[in-house]
Amino acid sequence: MSATRRSSAARPGRAGRSDAVKRAERTGWAFMAPFGILFIVVFIIPIIYAIYSSFFQDVASGGGAYGGGTMVNKFVGLANFRYVVTSAAFWSGIGRVLIYTLIQVPIMIIAALALAMVLDSYMVKHVTPFRLGYFLPYAIPGVVASIIWVFLYNPQISPIVKGLSSIGITVDFFAGKVVLASMANITTWTFTGYNMLIFLAALQAIPHDLYEAARIDGATGLQIALHIKLPNVRGAALLAMLLSIIGTIQLFNEPQVMQTADPGISNSFTPMMMAMNTSRGTLTPKGNGPASAIAIVMALIAGVLAFLYAWIERKVNE
Amino acid sequence: MSIFHSKAGSTQELPRSMRPSHLAKIITVAVLIITLIYFLFPIYWAVIASTKSPSQLIGSNGIWFASSLKDLPDAIATNYSKLLGWTHARFWQWVANSLIYSGVSAVIGTIVSVMAGYGTAKFNFRGKGIAMAVVMASLLMPAALMTIPQYSIFQALHLDNTMLSIIIPCSVSPFGFFLGRVYAQSSVPTELLEAARIDGAGEARIFFTIVLRLLAPAMVTIFLFLFVATWNNFLLPLMMLSSEGLYPVTLGLYGMVSLPTFNDRGALMMGALLGVLPVIILFLCLQRFWQAGLAAGAVKG
Repeated sequence: MSATRRSSAARPGRAGRSDAVKRAERTGWAFMAPFGILFIVVFIIPIIYAIYSSFFQDVASGGGAYGGGTMVNKFVGLANFRYVVTSAAFWSGIGRVLIYTLIQVPIMIIAALALAMVLDSYMVKHVTPFRLGYFLPYAIPGVVASIIWVFLYNPQISPIVKGLSSIGITVDFFAGKVVLASMANITTWTFTGYNMLIFLAALQAIPHDLYEAARIDGATGLQIALHIKLPNVRGAALLAMLLSIIGTIQLFNEPQVMQTADPGISNSFTPMMMAMNTSRGTLTPKGNGPASAIAIVMALIAGVLAFLYAWIERKVNE
Repeated sequence: MSIFHSKAGSTQELPRSMRPSHLAKIITVAVLIITLIYFLFPIYWAVIASTKSPSQLIGSNGIWFASSLKDLPDAIATNYSKLLGWTHARFWQWVANSLIYSGVSAVIGTIVSVMAGYGTAKFNFRGKGIAMAVVMASLLMPAALMTIPQYSIFQALHLDNTMLSIIIPCSVSPFGFFLGRVYAQSSVPTELLEAARIDGAGEARIFFTIVLRLLAPAMVTIFLFLFVATWNNFLLPLMMLSSEGLYPVTLGLYGMVSLPTFNDRGALMMGALLGVLPVIILFLCLQRFWQAGLAAGAVKG
């Protein structure tokens, strides 16, 4: 595009064309600049700083066995990364997050897709209250949603726990093996409606002539759903799945709030909690260096997962 | 067309093969209603609980009010004053802080996103490809991870524990840029820009008088997304802020529930409900716009 413009500008009398290209260049950058500067401040510089500081650690200088000296920032090479990749706490955190992702994300996406397909079909007359009701939890901040659910898991006050035990079912939502599912329920409750709305929007973008053609061929509602609707929302579903996977890697709000009611949840229950507590000094080794190393290893793992997901998706397509 | 208000076509017009059986219909509606109860019950319970004292929460029927209709206003007033007591009368200050953080960062974020989206959609400039690739790649970056180095930098600049430490990070959204670009591509006709240029209008004037008007629905969508994302953010204020007076409402409520002496869950539920009200009102008022934005994201994505 710009190449053709430049060649035409070389001809005599067409100097204005070249000016226009330059003008477009300047104008384009001018519009990009405010966002670009903020983006550099908020994304690029912190990433560079994280990589830089991951090679340093705060160590006490000259104080002997009891410290006593001042803390100095010392270059430690790959020691922070060695700490992260050999930390059992880090890997069990990653393990929890992976199990969480493997179970919670598909359940949420499939539920959202199913709800969207049913609401888009001719099965129900009044869809508005359902759409609004399913979406409402999204307007509630994750922390507040977690606080409400933590109370609903509390056997002393929860009508759910009490109701279940009155029909002979005792559940302990904070029990070691259940607690992850209890958290997953909070995430599912918050985000299913949001994903459902995205799918509904994708379903409504399908041209209606497709349905007409299928009807003329005598297709049933179920056939239309499976063979026209489902393939057309695939793109949206796969994207939502990818974004949800990235979202759950950084799982933080739910476990952080559940910790207030369940001392069994450690400061390194998820990698994000571990990074936060390392940065704030409530876990040792503490400080920027080790916290940055945790964040970088997490980002790499998230990148690998996203890549794997894209690769598997392509393989399945072929 | 609004997602909430579009009507499903009447069943009568459908050919017989498309008409669902009665049984299938009844089962479907039943499942939808059970799902609706799942999504709404916690909110309903929070409303009931917000009127109860700690002993009533344990002793009374969990799904209905403990006080009679006549005593209800008193019960609500009691919990409200307890909420102010637990929060050292800071509750409304927290709500105001949340409004400032979300409002300011959403306004800044919307303007810069729309400008950048328009700039990349309508102009060719050197480095555009790389700039866009970097921003798009950051869409896949786990956002919470950025909080750790952002905190280090703000701390080094002695800007932690200030309002800016929340507003600046929250005013940049790769997703906002993406939406701004999609909208500028689809709803700003290049011919219109050319015509304005021939008439001698400068680029700034074209942007502010023509383009912004065309992009108004997109701007409302981006504003809402940024507003809600900031309102719901918890990790960033948790790391950046140490003065209670600067807390947003999410951090304030978390601080309340994590106090070792805390036991007044009813009062906290009242705070939770009052604290989400502004977001719900905003969503309902602007639903026409953000739904269109969702649609653009879903279709282009």
